[in-house]
Amino acid sequence: MEALSIEGTAKTPSVKFDGQEGVIEIKGRSIPENSIEFYKPLVEWLEEYSGTPLDLTQVNVQLEYFNTSSSKCILDVFKKLEAIHKGKSEVIINWYYEEDDEDMLEAGEDYESIIRVPFKMIEIVE
Amino acid sequence: MSFDVNEYYSKLNGGDIVMSFKGNISSELISNVLEVVESKMDEYNESSKIRKKVYNVLVESLQNLYHHIEELPDEMNKEYESKFGILVVRREENMYKISTGNFISQGKVDVLRNKIDKINSMGKEELKDMYKFILNHQRLSEKGGGGLGLVDIARKTGNQLEYTFEKFDDIYYFFILDVYIDFSQ
Repeated sequence: MEALSIEGTAKTPSVKFDGQEGVIEIKGRSIPENSIEFYKPLVEWLEEYSGTPLDLTQVNVQLEYFNTSSSKCILDVFKKLEAIHKGKSEVIINWYYEEDDEDMLEAGEDYESIIRVPFKMIEIVE
Repeated sequence: MSFDVNEYYSKLNGGDIVMSFKGNISSELISNVLEVVESKMDEYNESSKIRKKVYNVLVESLQNLYHHIEELPDEMNKEYESKFGILVVRREENMYKISTGNFISQGKVDVLRNKIDKINSMGKEELKDMYKFILNHQRLSEKGGGGLGLVDIARKTGNQLEYTFEKFDDIYYFFILDVYIDFSQ
């Protein structure tokens, strides 16, 4: 299936969803006023990918900031990944946070406690 | 006597102001404010921890205004723009103080007051549980608000949300929210 690629802006993250490689990336800032609009194509892409996922899907989430409006949409994305993980294929979510950013680590742990997919917390040391 | 918004705003504008604004809260305005405050914090050489907390709280405060501001009736539009709000960001000796203000109709005052009082009565773990519950069980409104903003602000600052409702006229109150971000985290 076709890859999904979206350039980042001041309020929205860059997105690279590659179905051939099984690598899904969300990076940057996610603080739009209307997050549903931004995340809709991401959720739709995953819906299609969940029909024929690779044996292993690696998910890299590296956010500098995200607002509470995005937090619900990110949960929707993770719920799609959870459904894939429940099937035969494996999903790993790599949650990146900057050194000392306890809030971002905690946000990752919040998701980890809700979503039944293995998380890896990765500290970015500058 | 009714609450004087303009007088309140000019009083707030003393001391070390990082940013202040009074008027229509639009998406563009939010982008501009964030850009200005971010570059000011660079000038102040704030630690990345403080920068992140201030930025996050600012996003939630402004987007709370953006999503929840009530459209004002025509007779008030002469003086106040329809999505009228105020914002003042101050840098004090030990903290940042972010103040926002907006009109709220009388009928909504109690719900908001109860919500804030409830948040203020909660400890760190309770706030975390409340956040996760709302995250997992409440859908986003059409406007995009999720009811998580104030909980998130309380969690990230670790401080009480200070507020007042000032009577403006028979229909409206002016809601003022002060959020503090301590330097010593």
